[in-house]
Amino acid sequence: MYTQEMLESIKKVEAAREANAAMEPRRMTAEEKDELLKTYHPDYRKDQFGTIEIGPNKGEAAPLELINILEGKSSLLGNKPDLSCPDYETDVLIIGGGGAGCSAAIEADNAGQKVMIVTKLRVGDANTMMAEGGIQAADKPNDSPAQHFLDAFGGGHFAAKKELVYKLVTDAPYCIKWLSELGVEFDKTADGDMVTTHGGGTSRKRMHAAKDYSGAEIMRTLRDEVLNRKIPVVDFTSAIELIKDDKGQCAGAVLKNMETGEILIAKAKTTIIATGGAGRMHYQGFPTSNHYGATADGLVLAYRAGAKLLYQDTLQYHPTGAAFPEQIFGALVTEKVRSLGAKLVNVNGEVFMHPLETRDVAAASIIRECKRGNEVKTPEGQGVWLDTPMIELKNGEGTIEKRIPAMMRMFGKYGIDIRKQPIIVYPTLHYQNGGVDVDSTSETCIPNLFVAGEAAGGVHGRNRLMGNSLLDVIVFGRNAGIYAAKKAANVTVGEMNLDHIDEFEKMKEEAGIKNDNVSPILLPDYTRKA
Amino acid sequence: MEQMVNVFIMGKKYEVPASLTIMKAFEYAGYKLVRGCGCRNGFCGACATVYRVPGDRELKVCLACSTKVEEGMTLTQLPFYPLIKEIYDIEEVKPTEQVMMQLYPEIYSCIGCNSCTNACTQGLNVMQYIAYAQRGEYEKCAEESFDCVMCGCCSTRCPAGISHPQVAMLARRLNGKYIAPECKHLNERVEEIANGQCEEAIRAMMALDDTAVREKYNTRDIEK
Repeated sequence: MYTQEMLESIKKVEAAREANAAMEPRRMTAEEKDELLKTYHPDYRKDQFGTIEIGPNKGEAAPLELINILEGKSSLLGNKPDLSCPDYETDVLIIGGGGAGCSAAIEADNAGQKVMIVTKLRVGDANTMMAEGGIQAADKPNDSPAQHFLDAFGGGHFAAKKELVYKLVTDAPYCIKWLSELGVEFDKTADGDMVTTHGGGTSRKRMHAAKDYSGAEIMRTLRDEVLNRKIPVVDFTSAIELIKDDKGQCAGAVLKNMETGEILIAKAKTTIIATGGAGRMHYQGFPTSNHYGATADGLVLAYRAGAKLLYQDTLQYHPTGAAFPEQIFGALVTEKVRSLGAKLVNVNGEVFMHPLETRDVAAASIIRECKRGNEVKTPEGQGVWLDTPMIELKNGEGTIEKRIPAMMRMFGKYGIDIRKQPIIVYPTLHYQNGGVDVDSTSETCIPNLFVAGEAAGGVHGRNRLMGNSLLDVIVFGRNAGIYAAKKAANVTVGEMNLDHIDEFEKMKEEAGIKNDNVSPILLPDYTRKA
Repeated sequence: MEQMVNVFIMGKKYEVPASLTIMKAFEYAGYKLVRGCGCRNGFCGACATVYRVPGDRELKVCLACSTKVEEGMTLTQLPFYPLIKEIYDIEEVKPTEQVMMQLYPEIYSCIGCNSCTNACTQGLNVMQYIAYAQRGEYEKCAEESFDCVMCGCCSTRCPAGISHPQVAMLARRLNGKYIAPECKHLNERVEEIANGQCEEAIRAMMALDDTAVREKYNTRDIEK
């Protein structure tokens, strides 16, 4: 599979493997990290960002591609549907059927409220399904929520909202228990102890996993539970606009059948946006590890209705996206590969960094190594080696098949046996660090509008640690479900309207913005144009 | 010049680059996918595909997102297959043999043809995990079926009408909830948090000013 040039480089990697595996590379100092990020991290490429010109985040920076859809045009402009006879009436409307949406649905159902999920693909088609490495929780005797707080807050460059990080780490152990009781299988020893590892930037081994199908195992269990509870799921149906009422509250959403185009009205006392991330926006032309539906819909819907965003200018590039072969270009190579002992090695067989720096630092370091001329050349560009055979050198034969079977399968399909040969990796667009600004009850500044999961901002500051997003979707999915249900018990929906669409268009006109691109875009367009 | 191959999407011929996955070949041919496309990387099971190649009578299966096109491939997607998903209360069921008899009795009609295993896009031993389920060996069923992406190809070939992925889903939940050993350190930590024993340390951490918290972070000890 590998080219002759790559095979030549592999010989150097093999020759140095034993020595490389044994060494403990130095960690960078805070100053070294700052300098590295400023010079090489994509978030610092000023030409790739613009200024938001209208709305609550006016004057702030955002990726050009995001501004294009935030300031885009509603498909309902001049074409508003009749809101007077809703097709659906519910207490809690959940937009998105991933990890956060399903967790919210289960808790709102527990609270006795009428719940409904709408999702533009199938329930469970989400980034949660694709999370490989694991979920953090400070449940070992040498660990504590305070230590988890320090890792998450520091890893996010001290920018996160403290009360959200508090919630994240304090609820973490209970959420692992909650998942276990739903039947999620975690990797355990014979006496029940959790098998835990490090992630980049963790100071304790608190990464819980289900092989390298951690997200899939959690997602399929949550989905099964949603179905067992007979919670209505309207699939292949996307929210295309929020509905407000005459009191300025959120009152539901306008929906569109993805296949027939039919427009439907959902009236709700409270609404939860759980639409996930934005990898399919391909910021700065990066490939992505994300799901087909990751197009920042929730940010567009919320912003047009008047909600504020937080840290919309910071994205996570996962350091190890597959860089070869081209069929899996950009696909996620789980951080767990490094947790288990594989190191990053350049074309000359040299280890150039500690493998478990935080993701932003690791990504920038790989980009720097390639710019230094130490890259492995590929048909799509470049990358560095991730020396997977080190894992079995360190942990014994059979470790890879047992602990990271999905990785073995993914490369095996293209004739690469990761037990025998290293793989080529390069950063891939992975996560939206920011999102819609919420309080500790997951509510936005628009009454009765809640946001949870990747679509919300503030939990991770300006960089998220591995294993804190699976945790985020469970903690804040449940949180949003609980508070949205509680609030729904006392809400009376007023006269419904879509006036905010016109108001937004008026703001655009006043600011001189001419942008007729319809948003949210719902799906990326990969169709070849003849 | 890029090497091209001919593929037959639902019988219609298209010329596409030989390096593409089946999913990208659809898009190259001009399709915009709504069904039959999910994670695009082998985890979600949305893009189950059946195909034949010239000179081979065997009906093959794969995931469109992670399989390369081949010359002469005739293919169609199975974006949806009506699996039977029984409703149950996870708090009420118990990991006994009876639960499978009640919910999925058709597994006992398995004739041992092994078509399910041959149809697995993940290369799992599906018939074996059904055998474990029949015997109430849920731990083994869970392990054997763990990598299932629930695409449903196995069920399309089953003469007994078994919905294998749903049987395995139940077995895994039974195993995770009732059979896997309890985690003591987890239970203890949950209790400590509920009793407020962790509160003081984290509140102190939150109260640190910017300089102090940076210092604490940059000098924290990292477990080997």
